[in-house]
Amino acid sequence: MDTGTLNYVKLVAYGLVTLFAMIAASYARDLAYQLHMIIFMLVAGGLFLVTLRRTDEPAAPAAPKDEYFDSVVRAGVIATAFWGVVGFLVGVVIAFQLAFPGLNFEWAEGYANFGRLRPLHTSAVIFAFGGNALIAASFFIVQRTSAARLFGGNLGWFVFWGYQLFIVLAATGYLLGGTQSKEYAEPEWYVDIWLTIVWVAFLVAFLGTIIKRKEPHIYVANWFLLSFIVTVAMLHLVNNISIPVSIWGSKSVQVFSGVQDAMVQWWYGHNAVGFFLTAGFLGMMYYFVPKQAERPVFSYKLSIIHFWALIFLYIWAGPHHLHYTALPDWASTLGMVFSIILWMPSWGGMINGLMTLQGAWDKLRTDPVLRMMVTSLAFYGMSTFEGPMMSIRSVNSLSHYTDWTIGHVHSGALGWNGLITFGMLYYLVPVLWKRERLYSLSLVSWHFWLATIGIVLYAASMWVTGIMEGLMWREVDANGFLVNSFADTVSAKFPMYVVRGLGGVLFLSGALIMCYNLWMTVKAAPAKAPLGTAVPAE
Amino acid sequence: MSILAKHKFIETNATLLLVLSFLVVTIGGLVQITPLFYLENTIEKVEGMRPYSPLELTGRDIYIREGCYVCHSQMIRPMRDEVERYGHYSLAAESMYDHPHQWGSKRTGPDLARVGGRYSDDWHLVHLRDPQSVVPESIMPKYGFLEETLIQPEYIDELMATHQLVGVPYTDEMIEVAAADFRAQADPDSDYDEMLERYPGAQVRNFDGQPGISEADALIAYLQMLGTLVDFSTFTPDASR
Repeated sequence: MDTGTLNYVKLVAYGLVTLFAMIAASYARDLAYQLHMIIFMLVAGGLFLVTLRRTDEPAAPAAPKDEYFDSVVRAGVIATAFWGVVGFLVGVVIAFQLAFPGLNFEWAEGYANFGRLRPLHTSAVIFAFGGNALIAASFFIVQRTSAARLFGGNLGWFVFWGYQLFIVLAATGYLLGGTQSKEYAEPEWYVDIWLTIVWVAFLVAFLGTIIKRKEPHIYVANWFLLSFIVTVAMLHLVNNISIPVSIWGSKSVQVFSGVQDAMVQWWYGHNAVGFFLTAGFLGMMYYFVPKQAERPVFSYKLSIIHFWALIFLYIWAGPHHLHYTALPDWASTLGMVFSIILWMPSWGGMINGLMTLQGAWDKLRTDPVLRMMVTSLAFYGMSTFEGPMMSIRSVNSLSHYTDWTIGHVHSGALGWNGLITFGMLYYLVPVLWKRERLYSLSLVSWHFWLATIGIVLYAASMWVTGIMEGLMWREVDANGFLVNSFADTVSAKFPMYVVRGLGGVLFLSGALIMCYNLWMTVKAAPAKAPLGTAVPAE
Repeated sequence: MSILAKHKFIETNATLLLVLSFLVVTIGGLVQITPLFYLENTIEKVEGMRPYSPLELTGRDIYIREGCYVCHSQMIRPMRDEVERYGHYSLAAESMYDHPHQWGSKRTGPDLARVGGRYSDDWHLVHLRDPQSVVPESIMPKYGFLEETLIQPEYIDELMATHQLVGVPYTDEMIEVAAADFRAQADPDSDYDEMLERYPGAQVRNFDGQPGISEADALIAYLQMLGTLVDFSTFTPDASR
């Protein structure tokens, strides 16, 4: 097909989507659906106009085929920093809503109560911040380690913008009440379908690049990233099987119910942690830590063993979210056993990362970026020890339903995912914008300490409230009566909720300092001596 | 370490790596999820379970929309303190018509699996409007707008038909008269006998005490029936579940 014909096909497709979205918006049964159809209409309509204007214009010069496709990674870096700040900010807001319920403002009752903002926070940090970081990392790493330009031409841009559209649909949907109430998979059916399309494109771009690689071996980071992309696709598809009540509304009905639905949900939920936040970020770690330390990965054998062990074992761990519930005991026992075994391959990744610094430990004194990456590995090790421990039934009987779980999640998310992503951003910005160095290393140090102290405040306060409320709930007096009413436990947690909020403020301010530092790196840091020509992709 | 040497085969072949890593991650899910659909003791045999009435189902959707599950579990574990505080431990059968389940994962507020009948409608209404006025320590947001939002059973038949499609035993008759049943349950002066035959044990009241049917009516109707259906006098637990 020549470009002229292709243009007409595109015009027809954009036109049809615009028209359908217009009709759907007018038939809409609820506000979330209506707004989303208007967004679809505007996006497709805008693309229609742009394509129309380009018709019969001389074709723009094709992108150089021998250069890395870095513009989409640059966009990914910006999106990661932006959504990171948004997600942390919403997190700080809801943390203080729990301490001071007056912050659920009466004038915003129907939109900004805790119940609607909490999915906004979790999705913003996991899928918007983490997801953009993973897509940017995947696109950067797969090109560098395959010595090939990203496969699929503008497919990379489709993945990037398609993913941003998904984020906007999910976020606005929560505020307007469009949710299917499955934790970490709240978006409704048409948003799920859109994400599926984007994700398949992501897989095609990533796998296509590996297939056309010039290196004989597929680098270890790519094993993890490939496994992350494939497994998340599987989890997403199975967990979101639902039937829309009408194609004119956002409401859908899940196919699974009760105990089966709970099992599927936590099979998904735990492996969103296992593959999105662990396997994917290990892929990131396997490229950026050796790069920043300028040392090869510690052990090739260890990476083989812990890769296969990790992906095989992780998928079994879901039922530990359902100990002592109506889930049959055999399933919950399996979940516990595999969660404990999982400790080993998890630490395999940490050891491989930390030992990569062999012979370069002195750099920790001079390089705050490396320090950030190493600290992230330490938090990874800590939370992958805490997790198996909490999956033991008797521990879980105390910790489940309490703030301890929240603290555990955040030492992983802020400590591991957050710090390794910041490390990646500090590494990438000078490389992608061709700067000699970062604008200020002392600002990186400031960021490092603010973030670390923030995480410590967060995790410690949640340990205190979690264990305290768990003990208070089960406390009985000499006559066998419960000692505390539920409300007593709520009020006892107040001081720690304030401490947690302050921890969040520190973490957020660190991220803002990073944004300033990265911005100034692009604006003011000395440019790398021009090489004359573009870097060939090999 | 000859096995590891053979790994070269996998790591130089993208398709093989893709297929193998996918196969490896399917196993756990297959083993843990599929038996739950055919092992007969997964869902206990109990008396009293029935699908939600149209008004209760609408209330449940409001519960989902507002993200109540974020802070309230609906799953009582069989520990002494929980049974004492919340009532009989939850059975799988009690959520068999829940598409999706609302077990929750966090108790920022108390468990609601058996909140039905524990408080009066008035208490719920005032509590939704201003939680701190009845529980000073509470950190729950205010939901005053629910009682001000009047609703119609416009699409209730389609909603129930979709639930029927995924296996909830709604009859075609139930779907046909869903709108009338919806109104009857919120109006004690209505002719609600047939509705009660279709939904045994459904509570008929003007839940918010105000004219018209509001979102608060639906939500309170849902809260007031939670955990009240199963007849525990006829229930014997299966020791080897």
